[in-house]
Amino acid sequence: MPLYHTDDQAMLAETAQQFMAEEGAIAKQLRHWRDRDCKDGFGHGLWKQMAEMGFTGLLVPETDGGLGMGHVEAGIVLEEIGRNLTPSPFLTSSVMAATALAVASDEARGRWLPGLVAGESVFAVAIDEGPKHRPETIATRAERSGNGFRLSGTKDFVVYGASADMIVVAARTSGADDDADGVTLFAVPKDAAGLGHNSVRLVDSSMASHLTLDGVELDGDAVIGEVDGGRDVLNRVLDAGRVGAAAEGVGVARGAMDLTVDYLKQRKQFGRLIGEFQALQHRAAHLYSEIEIARAATTKAQQLLDADAPSASLMASVAKAKASRTAGLAVREGVQMHGGIGMTDEYDIGLYMKRDRALAEFMGDAFYHADRVARLSGY
Amino acid sequence: MADLDQFRSETRAWLEANCPPEMRKPAEGEDDVYWGGRNATFKNDAQRAWFEACRDKGYTVPAWPREYGGAGLSPAEAKVLREEMARIGARPPLSSFGIWMLGPALLHFGTEGQKRHFLNQIARGEIRWCQGYSEPGSGSDLVSLQTFGEDKGDHWIVNGQKIWTSYADKADWIFCLVRTDKANKYQGITFMLYDMDTAGVSTKPIKLISGNSPFCETFFDDVKVPKSYGEDIPAYVGEINRGWDVAKYLLGHEREMISGADSSERGAGIGATLSRQAGGVDPVLRAELAMFDVDALAFSAMGEKFLDEVKVGKAHPAQPNMMKYAGTELNKRRHELMMAAGGSTALEWDSAETRGGAAPRNWLRTKANSIEGGTSEVMLGVIAKRILELPGA
Ligand SMILES: Cc1cc2nc3c(=O)[nH]c(=O)nc-3n(C[C@H](O)[C@H](O)[C@H](O)COP(=O)(O)OP(=O)(O)OC[C@H]3O[C@@H](n4cnc5c(N)ncnc54)[C@H](O)[C@@H]3O)c2cc1C
Ligand SMILES: Cc1cc2nc3c(=O)[nH]c(=O)nc-3n(C[C@H](O)[C@H](O)[C@H](O)COP(=O)(O)OP(=O)(O)OC[C@H]3O[C@@H](n4cnc5c(N)ncnc54)[C@H](O)[C@@H]3O)c2cc1C
Repeated sequence: MPLYHTDDQAMLAETAQQFMAEEGAIAKQLRHWRDRDCKDGFGHGLWKQMAEMGFTGLLVPETDGGLGMGHVEAGIVLEEIGRNLTPSPFLTSSVMAATALAVASDEARGRWLPGLVAGESVFAVAIDEGPKHRPETIATRAERSGNGFRLSGTKDFVVYGASADMIVVAARTSGADDDADGVTLFAVPKDAAGLGHNSVRLVDSSMASHLTLDGVELDGDAVIGEVDGGRDVLNRVLDAGRVGAAAEGVGVARGAMDLTVDYLKQRKQFGRLIGEFQALQHRAAHLYSEIEIARAATTKAQQLLDADAPSASLMASVAKAKASRTAGLAVREGVQMHGGIGMTDEYDIGLYMKRDRALAEFMGDAFYHADRVARLSGY
Repeated sequence: MADLDQFRSETRAWLEANCPPEMRKPAEGEDDVYWGGRNATFKNDAQRAWFEACRDKGYTVPAWPREYGGAGLSPAEAKVLREEMARIGARPPLSSFGIWMLGPALLHFGTEGQKRHFLNQIARGEIRWCQGYSEPGSGSDLVSLQTFGEDKGDHWIVNGQKIWTSYADKADWIFCLVRTDKANKYQGITFMLYDMDTAGVSTKPIKLISGNSPFCETFFDDVKVPKSYGEDIPAYVGEINRGWDVAKYLLGHEREMISGADSSERGAGIGATLSRQAGGVDPVLRAELAMFDVDALAFSAMGEKFLDEVKVGKAHPAQPNMMKYAGTELNKRRHELMMAAGGSTALEWDSAETRGGAAPRNWLRTKANSIEGGTSEVMLGVIAKRILELPGA
């Protein structure tokens, strides 16, 4: 499969680009909600509009009312989200939770997917249990209780957790914390008794929960997939999240670079446009190269994921690591090349730096993923 | 699709029958490669057999039309052949500046007579070419070149000096940039082709830091270059005084080639092999290897994307500069890490065990990647101006 977009994908990209630039723009969404200290950290109105565009159900099968498309298409939307820093539960709901729900029972799919497709529900995903992404270790316990389960433990960095109608929780139904087996995924509704949120605002103005599961009682049908056999699904959810975060990161990098290159063409110092100075030209050109490469790696990972190829996991980590490093470079260069003005809240470039920092940690940073590349390569 | 599948299985069978096992591993340095030419020698029978099989099948230049010595493969078929060769690790049967550089320029700018004459020779490995671009005063600023051809009606008299001419002492012919109009900087250069045996052409090898001498100073002392080699076979490509257009076009191909976008080796990870060879590596080196592998695998995807886009005309015309920059910087890093993982063994300069010091010599050779064919700084300048459209100085 060629690594550029097909005609249909290019059309979707155009639509998504226009929509996010208009409706998802920084002034209209990120600044708007931030300046109102919005407890959700995103706008439900936009989510509804995204549903009208068909975005929310991109990865949901047609039989469940979605569009039945793939990660390439989801990545197209995510790149535009990244470029406009659009606060949205798209990645956690439409990519990660939708990937988990793909293996859920008819009943669970019937309960959750229509709300997602309609833009009426948002979902979160609870995996991490500390400040760093370590999905190999899961300590949250789920014990059998009646015809269901009782969940106890804590989860961190649950993005938009307090706003979610349902949270996909990874918990341990057997074995030791570090075991691969014995993991089960649960669909936990927001009103489940014993579910607690300590919701905090992050550096990028998004909201995330420190989740407490204090003997949360769930029915047996809250289980997604197999009891004890959830690791495969979890890995699929993680890879979807990684590749999605990579796509968003590429968008953040491009947005930051575009702002910066525009600035280089406007700002005059020493009687010249600063874009004429070779010291800045070369750094901008290096950044361009890195973004192109990160983008190609991300597209490759999306295609492999869609093809269910064995190498998809390796490429997912390559994409996340490369995109993280590249977006980090883009925002640092962006602020620096803006000079003093780059330090002001009024200019958007600093917002890119903040978003990049949160995205870098989400689903594992570049160090985690480079290590994973090494492990998957056998060293 | 079915046709391509059939082509793949035929290709697989053909390679199985024709590619000797010795040719299914990477060449050990530059002198383990077959370059063709009037005085060519084969290093061994396997090299000869592999070359001759490919030549007869048109596989030295698979995508060139059959009438010019190629196999006339479609881009999709050529990709299948590339994939199948990569699968068994088959080396290129013939390395040649004729294939990489002059050929594409002739295909684009050449007359029918030039194509039939020169391309067939190139495809069959009969003539070895060298590239006479750089001069002592004109490297990055190539257009400032001074070598001058005085118009004498049916021929020129060429005087001047070139430098860094790779394999000039081994080459049969040269494609050479010669100033034919002193008043006109860009539109005063002619792209000439002539025999290195012509009276007045001499070469002097330059020794490199790798210990090898693959390139030369080249001197032209009243060299008589005819304007034509026969009907419809002019001795210059494109138009007289418009050689800069040809030179730029050719540089695009050269950069693409040096970038390694097309080579599976450039995009492969090295961490697994190196840590195995070294019997394990310390954690900080392992971390660097892992970061390198991330970059290498990502670049490999970029190489694939770039070739896909070139095929359908979607690539930005200045994109080869970006590929050259990224690919060559990556390759230098690869060899730094190979030296680090190799430890003291990688320092051995000419022991049999290290195959004549292949590791340190190759490491040193890669330093030229970001210089030859235009330096990294020049590439970044082109990206800044032509892709990002930053203002010129
Ligand atoms: C937190 C903070 C506190 C400050 N406090 C004070 C203060 O108390 N008093 C005061 O007077 N000022 C203060 N400043 C201003 C500070 O000194 C300027 O921001 C600084 O000199 C840079 O100028 P600029 O912001 O106009 O950037 P520009 O000059 O517009 O530079 C933009 C970018 O172009 C680059 N650039 C510019 N010229 C060249 C060149 N020739 N070659 C290569 N690159 C070039 C710069 O390095 C930078 O990356 C403060 C700034 C900040 C951020
Ligand atoms: C192994 C090898 C093989 C070669 N083979 C051939 C060949 O077969 N035929 C041939 O014609 N040539 C060949 N070359 C020559 C090659 O193309 C030149 O070396 C190259 O173009 C650089 O020119 P230079 O060496 O004169 O460096 P210079 O142009 O003198 O550059 C010196 C340094 O200054 C930097 N620099 C120069 N201009 C700028 C600028 N505007 N902005 C920023 N930095 C700048 C360069 O990037 C470099 O770092 C070969 C070179 C090597 C190393």
